[in-house]
Amino acid sequence: MTALRRYHAAVWDEPLVMELGRPGSRGLEIPSVEPELEAEVGDPDALVAPTMLRESPPDLPELSEPEVLRHYLHLSQETLGMMGVSLFGTCTMKYNPRVNESVAKQYVAELHPHQSEETLQGILEVVSRLEEALCELSGMDRFVFQPGGGADAAYLHACITRAYHAERGELAQRTEIVTSIQAHPCNAATAATAGFDVITLPLEENGYPSLAALEAVVSERTASLVINNPDDMGIYNPDIARWVEVVHAAGGLCFYDHANFNGVMGKIRAAELGFDACMFMLHKTFGAPKAGGGPAVGAYGCTETLAPFLPGPVVSFDGERYRLTEAEAPSVGRVREFLGNVPELVKAYAWVRAMGGEGIDRASDLSVLANNYMEKRLLEIRGVSKSHPHLTQKRLEMTRYSLEELARDTGVTAVDVQNRMVDFGVDAFWLSHEPWLVPEPFTPEAGEMWSKDDIDYWIAVLAQVVEEAYTERETVKRAPHRQVVHQLDPTGLDDPERWATTWRAYRRKRGVATG
Amino acid sequence: MATRMISGEAHPYMAISPPGVVDEMLAEIGLDDLEQLFEQIPEEHRLSRPIALPPVIRAEAALRRHLTEILGRNATCAENLSFLGGGCWQHYVPAVCDEIVSRSEFLTPVWGTPASDFGRNQAWFEYASQLGELVDMDFVGLPVYTWGCAAGNAARMAARLTGRDQLLVPAAIDPERLAVIRNYCAPPELRDHVEVIPVDYDPATGRLDLADLREKLGERTAAVYLENPSYLGIVEAEAQEIAALARAAGAETIAGVDPISLGVLAPPGAWGADIVVGTTQPLGVHMHCGGGAGGFIATRDEERYAREYPTLQVSICDTIEPGERTFGVILFEQTSYGARENGKDWTGNSVYLWAIANAVYMALMGPQGFREIGRAILQRSHHAARRLDEIPGVSVRFGEGFFKELVVDFAGTGRSVAQIDEALRERGIFGGKDLSTSHPELGQSALYCVTEAHSRADVDRLVTALEEVTR
Repeated sequence: MTALRRYHAAVWDEPLVMELGRPGSRGLEIPSVEPELEAEVGDPDALVAPTMLRESPPDLPELSEPEVLRHYLHLSQETLGMMGVSLFGTCTMKYNPRVNESVAKQYVAELHPHQSEETLQGILEVVSRLEEALCELSGMDRFVFQPGGGADAAYLHACITRAYHAERGELAQRTEIVTSIQAHPCNAATAATAGFDVITLPLEENGYPSLAALEAVVSERTASLVINNPDDMGIYNPDIARWVEVVHAAGGLCFYDHANFNGVMGKIRAAELGFDACMFMLHKTFGAPKAGGGPAVGAYGCTETLAPFLPGPVVSFDGERYRLTEAEAPSVGRVREFLGNVPELVKAYAWVRAMGGEGIDRASDLSVLANNYMEKRLLEIRGVSKSHPHLTQKRLEMTRYSLEELARDTGVTAVDVQNRMVDFGVDAFWLSHEPWLVPEPFTPEAGEMWSKDDIDYWIAVLAQVVEEAYTERETVKRAPHRQVVHQLDPTGLDDPERWATTWRAYRRKRGVATG
Repeated sequence: MATRMISGEAHPYMAISPPGVVDEMLAEIGLDDLEQLFEQIPEEHRLSRPIALPPVIRAEAALRRHLTEILGRNATCAENLSFLGGGCWQHYVPAVCDEIVSRSEFLTPVWGTPASDFGRNQAWFEYASQLGELVDMDFVGLPVYTWGCAAGNAARMAARLTGRDQLLVPAAIDPERLAVIRNYCAPPELRDHVEVIPVDYDPATGRLDLADLREKLGERTAAVYLENPSYLGIVEAEAQEIAALARAAGAETIAGVDPISLGVLAPPGAWGADIVVGTTQPLGVHMHCGGGAGGFIATRDEERYAREYPTLQVSICDTIEPGERTFGVILFEQTSYGARENGKDWTGNSVYLWAIANAVYMALMGPQGFREIGRAILQRSHHAARRLDEIPGVSVRFGEGFFKELVVDFAGTGRSVAQIDEALRERGIFGGKDLSTSHPELGQSALYCVTEAHSRADVDRLVTALEEVTR
């Protein structure tokens, strides 16, 4: 029996930074302007048009440096932030080696993206080596790193899809992008933003859309298929190569969203399944940190056919020097300024080298093993079931569970369970992307980072919370109890009279005095 | 498929890797071979050949050495004297900013619950609140990828708000930013097309050409996008008039600003902007070879704007305990997470860690710090301009009235910017960004950036070097 920790979050009752400090305090000195320079140039207010000068100073806090430091240290301590166990499914929580943080900071922080290529030879070599590694893992011919996250890579694919069909004179005709209801919402959303109509296939008996359903919607209007595999339920579509043939036969492109690469890395290659393009999340699968939501990188890979459409500048090696070449027509131009989140590329390259090919293959073995171990143990807990229980094959790196029975028996929901688990130092699990196909869903993902003891602890916490739901329901319904603050009252979140994204708006709406 | 042995040693990054543990877990699920876990994947989908990557580097010391050997081949803006800017600027980053964004609680996690993410949500709220003070707006979303992405989102917001399909942009704009904006505006073959129309700038002053603006403004104009300072550094003295013209035409005014200028320059809210975008990189984030970029979107706290945001945003709200404050994500249902293809554009991972660096920076600076840094930048950049203008063959375009960046024209030297840059590099100086390709109308010109980090001696060094290389 795993002992539960007597965890309690740090509670600092930390005021807002706008409520701290004293007029006249300051946290940073600016290098003073040399007297000669001051004398030569004179009053800076006279240098710009009077109408464009600021009349009253911004109402910012005034604090000393140690006060600012301590304030934000307190806020960091008031964040659970993976200090315990975080099995946040679909995000593949893994270790972020600190040596990579240290090296990236030291060697990349003071580089400017517009330096000449001869002064960027080191970083361009890292980018080029990372590209080679990702090509080897995916079978693709090229990779670019401009997209600022997985969703941005999906958007890049939508842009490349436009450019590809425009070049062939077929864009006005090819207005549809096909995806599945289990694909990440960003796949549908980026397609729509790019101007495409989205066709979403529902799941069928086997946990994925049927080939027949795909064939029924694919036509001369199809611009691209965008799909993940396995999906977030750990179910692998065994017909996927056939899907690609069907879409190709109709003249469409095929994009593999590899958000769930941890379940299949070292097992398959996207290009060998026929895909034209794929995306890896370096902040997820390749050991770079989540950072609470970026900076991130959606590495976009494609075959030679799509290479002319890639955004620039692209990195190449001429045998002697690394080159940065501006992309020209029919390139899509840019989806983001500059080269991408370059420090994350150093971290991902370092992770690849520290793991090696065998290590990467083994990491997926261990992730899938850990998930199946968890699945066996979680399904022994009262009130817990899994999606598509009739499918008996082993799920890959994630399983989608449901607390429907628990909710029916006790009224305790998946969100209630999240709120109680954080009382034990366990970060919230992932529920499910929209729409919820199973009631009261939850989706843990063990990955390769956590020890068996960590996983056992997580399971023990869930078992404890479920036990409480049946025996002392209010403890769970009113959770958390050992956190920084109590449960959020969600009423008013979307009420324009009450929401306040700034302190200024809050004071106005709640009548708080300026001070 | 051959049976694979349960092999492999424990790896430092994988707590689950010790062989005994693997056996134990396999036994628990009734398997004897890891290969059985992959029964869903058809044999013909498996790798045609094994993964062949460069040899593993197991020891951290060896890995560090490998990385530093390669990365040591860079030349940095710390070791050299750099005048590069153009949307990514070398401002001083206080050590406290670096300390806070290195905290594991902020660096490594993803999402939790409102209570267990309390500290981070508060930091995000403080980011939005302080940025709102700088730009004079009271509704601020969590950041997007970059300035260009923010401008693209803002253009789409304006198109939805007005039901119109043209965006006017300054012709002087950064071509990279423009390329991003164009990608956010669907092409004519597809629905939701927005036409991007450049508005000329006055060749004498560098400011937006109001006559051309009046000509291009019309009932199809969804928004006028105006940058202040412009990409070429110019302060748009007629910003108020431009916003008024846009309003009279029924269009939104989107302002693009550099927030570090706002201790001295008028905030966009004060000159009539409706939607404000810009970069967050100057606020306590290193350049990171462009990886320090971040974008923001801010408006007045009016429902019509709020309902068009593509971003997530945090609001102060209540807990179930009377009198207790917490923070929650608002307007989730209109995001792509909530509404898939029916959401407002899309959102996802962004640069949320940098929002924390921004919050720390703004708190360190305070009103006094922003005023001083703005004044120092104005003085230092104008001083540099006057000095550069004295060099034979070198002239500064557009006169005075700029912020941080200035266009230096080398036409009179008979040399190209590329030639000059190469010679400067030999002297440990990175010249300004070459404009000869992106802005051919300016000939052999470069965009020089002078910040609070550039001392008078630095400018002396640049001037001496330029005198040598242009002689």
